[in-house]
Amino acid sequence: MSAFSHFSYFVTVFLMVAGLFIVIARGNLIKKLVGLGIFQTSVYLLYIVPGKLVGGTAPILDPAFTRYSNPLPHVLILTAIVVGVATLALGLALVVRIREAYGTIEEDEILAQDGETPNGDGPGA
Amino acid sequence: MNLAPHLPALQVVVPLLSAPLAVLLRRPTPAFLVTTLASWIAFAVAIVLWLDTGRGPAISYAIGSWPPPWGIEYRVDRLSAFVLLLVSGMAALILPYSRASIAREIPRDQHYLFYAMFALCLTGLLGITITGDAFNVFVFLEISSLSTYVLIALGPDRRALLAAYRYLVMGTIGATFIVIGIGLLYLMTGTLNLADMANRLPEVRHTRPVLAALAFLTVGISLKLALFPLHQWLPNAYAYAPAAVSAFLAATATKVSIYLLIRFFYTVFGTTAVFQDLPVSEIIMGLSVAAMFAASAMAIFQDNLKRMFAYSSVGQVGYITLGISFDSVTGLTAAIVHLFNHAVTKGALFLLLGAVTAVCGTALLSRLAGLGRVMPLTSFGIVLGGLSLIGVPGSAGFVSKWYLILAAMEKGQWPLVAAIVGSSLLAIAYVWRFVEVAYFREPSTALAARREAPAALLVPAYVLVAATIYFGLATSVTVGSAAGAAALLLGGAR
Repeated sequence: MSAFSHFSYFVTVFLMVAGLFIVIARGNLIKKLVGLGIFQTSVYLLYIVPGKLVGGTAPILDPAFTRYSNPLPHVLILTAIVVGVATLALGLALVVRIREAYGTIEEDEILAQDGETPNGDGPGA
Repeated sequence: MNLAPHLPALQVVVPLLSAPLAVLLRRPTPAFLVTTLASWIAFAVAIVLWLDTGRGPAISYAIGSWPPPWGIEYRVDRLSAFVLLLVSGMAALILPYSRASIAREIPRDQHYLFYAMFALCLTGLLGITITGDAFNVFVFLEISSLSTYVLIALGPDRRALLAAYRYLVMGTIGATFIVIGIGLLYLMTGTLNLADMANRLPEVRHTRPVLAALAFLTVGISLKLALFPLHQWLPNAYAYAPAAVSAFLAATATKVSIYLLIRFFYTVFGTTAVFQDLPVSEIIMGLSVAAMFAASAMAIFQDNLKRMFAYSSVGQVGYITLGISFDSVTGLTAAIVHLFNHAVTKGALFLLLGAVTAVCGTALLSRLAGLGRVMPLTSFGIVLGGLSLIGVPGSAGFVSKWYLILAAMEKGQWPLVAAIVGSSLLAIAYVWRFVEVAYFREPSTALAARREAPAALLVPAYVLVAATIYFGLATSVTVGSAAGAAALLLGGAR
């Protein structure tokens, strides 16, 4: 068992943490959504990678084969991808509406316009 | 054709179908009729399921006749039937209210979309509650969440957009954490069926992925149920959403997430894994107490009434999670009873606040002086709801706090008893702020010209106000169901 055998998990966790970091650290609403997308995508990897067995084949019963890959994670992740697309689309639509209403997509400028502190508390609340 | 065996499927399918129908009909009135009818059917189905599970064993329904654990299973036991009853009942009451309330908040040509989103949100919440399949939980969670973001963004204030966006980001992080948790569990057990998972988990209980899954699920669900300090999305979302949406979310969305937490803690992982292998109990207990004090204190300083009661919701969620953390039948009973009672109370309060904003055009306390004289019925209802939040005897809030205190005494946790009573004093403070402004000040000339809210808004609200009093006096339905569910959950785990 070398470190390389867990390569896919390292990639998964790297993407996961990178995505989450972008969501938290960036003030631009579009960049936040990009981070959110990376974060969600990392989970797709988490599901799909263990479904593949080394030497495994497509799960169609045949006497010539004994090792099969698990197809279920792929199906699950198809659903998750659809959910991710819907979330991203809705998020972008909201950003469009926010830009129409405020004229900016920088979070701090939006909050300044409403007279709120970053915590969401303030006289304008 | 006999529909009775298919009731669990109909519970979800009827509201689901009403959503596209509402979009196809386009006109406000037919869309309203279709979704309201669907919510009433869902409520009727929930009543039948609740009566059935009260008498007999849990109902298992194999979708498409694929037997579990291979196919997706819908499973109705006493706990899920009780939550289904709550969610569908709230929808059946709030939809008729919404017709009069959204007329002032949403452009008329978007009404059909509101009804469609509301029906989808109801579908998602019912689906989370009824399903016995872990991945299905995630799918329904996202159905309800995505429609919730849209519903919040429909609010009349532009700040609703930012509130919806922030909830979208936080909610998606929460949901993704839940998927990670479910994925890790699936890797370790090879099954997605919750009951099957519960059977297979003890073998791998001490492995790191399972403990990580527990952590991911706890954090993810805590985000969705707004456990302090993961509640940041909630106050603005409730404050700027349309009135009917605030009421529906406050009454059901966080409650269904709490149901999910109970389900994963007590059914899937089992109490030994949750409360002995990891210090979950201590962490949740600490955060709950922090929520009870910090969020209630925040509520005192809000000028916007909707935000005030939103912060109060965060505090009240603390009482529920405190009950869960006790790991005892009494504690769990208290949690489930408070889940129900608080939903009814907050539903009533937000419906009444919707009436206030509809008539006065504002929910800012500083501009509502003398409200008690202008809108006597509405103000009186808010005070009654406030009494239930405090936990005055005779109101629903008293019953649940009583059981919570009993559970704390059972564990010998006297500081917690003091904390429960002490944080209730904070509730007195913010409710008193409303009483002081509404009853002890002269109305301004602008406000004095207003009249009491129309009956279309008051009647549904008063049904819930009456319910808070009723469930404070007659506790057999709530405590009976909750105690039965709690005994079953803890009995099954040992």
